[in-house]
Amino acid sequence: METVLLSRIQFGLTTAFHILFPTLTIGLAIFLVVVELMWLRTRDELYYRMYRFWVKIFAIHFAVGVVTGITLEFEFGTNFAVFSQTVANVIAPMLAFEGMTAFFLEAGFLGIMLFGWNRVPPTLHFISTCLVGLGASFSAFWIMAANAWMQTPAGFENVDGVFMLTSWRDAIFNPAFPTHLGHMLLASYETSAFAIAGISAYFLLKKRNPHFFKRSLAIALIMAAAVAPLQVIMGDLKGQSVAKHQPTKLAAIEAHWETNTDGPADFIAFAIPDNANEENRFEIRIPYMLSLLITHSLDGQIKGLKEFSPDERPNVLVNFWTFRIMVAIGFLFFGIMIWAAILWRRGRLFDTPLFLKILVAVQPLGFVATILGWVTAEMGRQPWIVYGWMRTSEGASPIAAGNVVWSLIMFGLFFGLIGAAYFYYTLKTLQKGPDFESPIPHVQMGTKAGGHHLAARRD
Amino acid sequence: MSLINLWVFLVAVVIILYVILDGFSLGVGILFPFAKDEKQRDMMMDSIAPVWDANQTWIVFGGAALFAVFPLIYTVLFSALYIPLFTFLFGLIFRGVAFEFRHNATRKAGWNRAFAIGCLVAAFAQGLTLGAYVSGIHVENNLFAGGAFDWLTPFNIMVGLALIAGYMLLGAAYLIIKTTGEVQQRAYRQAWFAAWAVAAFMFVVSIWTPYKAPDLMARWWTTPRIYFVWIFPVLGTFGFAMLLRSIKTKAEYKPFLYSLVMFFSAYLGLQSGVYPYAVMPDITIFDAAAQSETQVIMLIGALLILPVVLAYTIYSYWVFRGKVSADAGYH
Ligand code: HDD
Ligand code: HEM
Ligand code: HEM
Repeated sequence: METVLLSRIQFGLTTAFHILFPTLTIGLAIFLVVVELMWLRTRDELYYRMYRFWVKIFAIHFAVGVVTGITLEFEFGTNFAVFSQTVANVIAPMLAFEGMTAFFLEAGFLGIMLFGWNRVPPTLHFISTCLVGLGASFSAFWIMAANAWMQTPAGFENVDGVFMLTSWRDAIFNPAFPTHLGHMLLASYETSAFAIAGISAYFLLKKRNPHFFKRSLAIALIMAAAVAPLQVIMGDLKGQSVAKHQPTKLAAIEAHWETNTDGPADFIAFAIPDNANEENRFEIRIPYMLSLLITHSLDGQIKGLKEFSPDERPNVLVNFWTFRIMVAIGFLFFGIMIWAAILWRRGRLFDTPLFLKILVAVQPLGFVATILGWVTAEMGRQPWIVYGWMRTSEGASPIAAGNVVWSLIMFGLFFGLIGAAYFYYTLKTLQKGPDFESPIPHVQMGTKAGGHHLAARRD
Repeated sequence: MSLINLWVFLVAVVIILYVILDGFSLGVGILFPFAKDEKQRDMMMDSIAPVWDANQTWIVFGGAALFAVFPLIYTVLFSALYIPLFTFLFGLIFRGVAFEFRHNATRKAGWNRAFAIGCLVAAFAQGLTLGAYVSGIHVENNLFAGGAFDWLTPFNIMVGLALIAGYMLLGAAYLIIKTTGEVQQRAYRQAWFAAWAVAAFMFVVSIWTPYKAPDLMARWWTTPRIYFVWIFPVLGTFGFAMLLRSIKTKAEYKPFLYSLVMFFSAYLGLQSGVYPYAVMPDITIFDAAAQSETQVIMLIGALLILPVVLAYTIYSYWVFRGKVSADAGYH
């Protein structure tokens, strides 16, 4: 039992740490593709400088993302051997395809992306950037397929407790998958867009290289404006998918204890759910709202937690709050984008200090929402490791708990150290600001002569 | 049956690719402390900077492929070798972040150390894993049933040291190709030293293994193996002799090639003794294999995608061919 609990803590900690980095690289890769495309089309030096500046941030995140990701893949075998053996036929090929189609693509072209400026022609460099970005999104595709399968398993038959594949297609495109992937990709794009916007706004407020950061901010805001409303819509779809396929999870995230037999279900805006007494304290209810949100009718019925035996319910307190904070962040981002649209119409987008200050302040919230979303998704799945089929308590490796105590302590130490170093070097790189001095590689300029230097607009 | 054998072959190819590719990257890291100044260290690091990540990806894919086609090896081995494997991962973590952090640091000493120690620890832990695998694992009901420290034996520690020597050899041979001047000259001396160490370890392992894994030895003496296993020691000895000669004559590419010959001879010799076992002493590859549908899906994927992967990997090496220049610079 201890091994299970410790392994869960370790898995949660390591994935939560890991996901921070891919979230940024997936979105930043798209940003870099846009910037390089603009550089190739306009030949405006500022775009080249932008690429070289933001790619440094990309590289740091990528490095930490890679090394933390490797540990995750090993943990299936080291910590959840029984689970892994039971589901290997179905899930493992997804991880292997992730390696073949995503990780190789990213790693293979990253070298050219970072070090190839002098060695390949401009179009090839651009293609490398595109392929790295594509690899990052492929990686999301496969890992989300695997995770979605654990949420809503499909395409298998259970033979003596072992999951046998019957349809590879159904297993990948299981019911949760479309919204799971869509929501995660949008989360990455949104988080990165707000991160770039926040950093750019900071420098605009400091009046450092305003030209440079105005342009970065503009691209980031276009990304954010496109994604923020989509994320709210996708979140709604996701909620409906959860209601349909994972009723215990939905009831937990809404702290909905009793099934509404006659009349509507209220939406609970605020409460302190009490797992032990099966009730909510300090409730604030919004009538009709839950029925309306989930079933799109005024009195749609929604199953309450009490319909399920206590050992099939997730932790309501955790799910209720992690979900609410994530949704609040989603609406906050949406609101900021409406404000941005108004400012843009008035031509005041870049010189409204309050707006810029708020962009700086909300910059970390995308990461917060991502982590909380994952906690909602994963904790809401409990006590199942494969929803409805296999319990988490049955999945752990037959190893002594001491092993996991040791690795958990090491992870704590090393992740602490690496997290601190990561912050320090990222801030340092940002603080140094863009480099306008080093010459542009001659291959990029299509000339034979040595380094080239356009008249940089440095203001 | 033949599908499973085909997968044994493919997994074996992926593993040896990893051992060679990441082997030289880790080897460069193990040799890192011998550099005289920051400039030499930059040169060594630049020689692997564009390729190390792609090299390492072979273990990521190897792990996942093992999970998919031989789930029993993946789950039994990984829970049995919990501590060495996490030690390996911690080594890889520090090796990996050191590239970026060192580059951004003004005081590089800390990350220099993290890089070298990370590589050393990763290589040693890999050797422990290999040793434990060869020694056999206690399994009941398809689950690991041994203790947390079963892997801590003199034999396994020696295999760990042997692998460090092996990676030093690959690293030095790679540096000979990629560098010039003092770094290259030192690499010749290091390759010479490492070659002798590897030969000595191979000799000791060959004598010790029969005691450690008598079944494995016995299988070597069965037909049809008996007709060809003798090739491997002969090949190894030939590789060793040619390696020493090429180092003496200061050839540039040959030391790396002959190091590969030594690695291949040891690897194939071992594989031929292990087959048809997946986890010795009880589980065969046929017990360990996944459902055949899964194997087919994996095979189609691998046959379609891996050639493309290999093609662009080779392309990437070609883009970065030649000596690292002193001003190669970072991104
Ligand atoms: C939505 C995206 C996403 C999610 C949910 C995860 N990852 Fe991840 N992972 C990535 C997106 C990603 C990435 C963006 O593709 C990374 C970051 C840097 C890289 O090379 O790929 C990556 C790196 C990365 C690596 C290193 C690959 C390499 O060496 O190039 C491994 C082995 C994993 N991941 C495995 C996992 C596992 C087992 C996860 C879940 C339990 C997981 N990732 C969650
Ligand atoms: C990357 C973002 C992710 C985060 C932050 C995350 C978070 C968590 C957390 C907090 C737990 C512990 C749950 C509990 O014990 O109550 C957990 C468990 C787990 N998650 Fe995730 N998860 C992530 C992604 C994934 C993905 C993509 C997969 C599968 C491919 C996955 C598979 C698992 C498994 C196997 C466990 C352990 C068993 C369990 O408790 O269900 N997770 N995760
Ligand atoms: C109004 C806005 C939002 C709604 C209604 C919403 C809804 C949901 C729901 C219902 C889940 C649980 C899915 C499950 O358990 O399977 C979820 C998960 C998640 N949310 Fe949100 N969400 C919103 C905004 C956001 C934002 C702004 C982010 C990040 C920037 C985010 C990131 C995530 C992540 C990473 C997950 C876990 C992965 C997944 O299930 O796809 N969400 N969201």
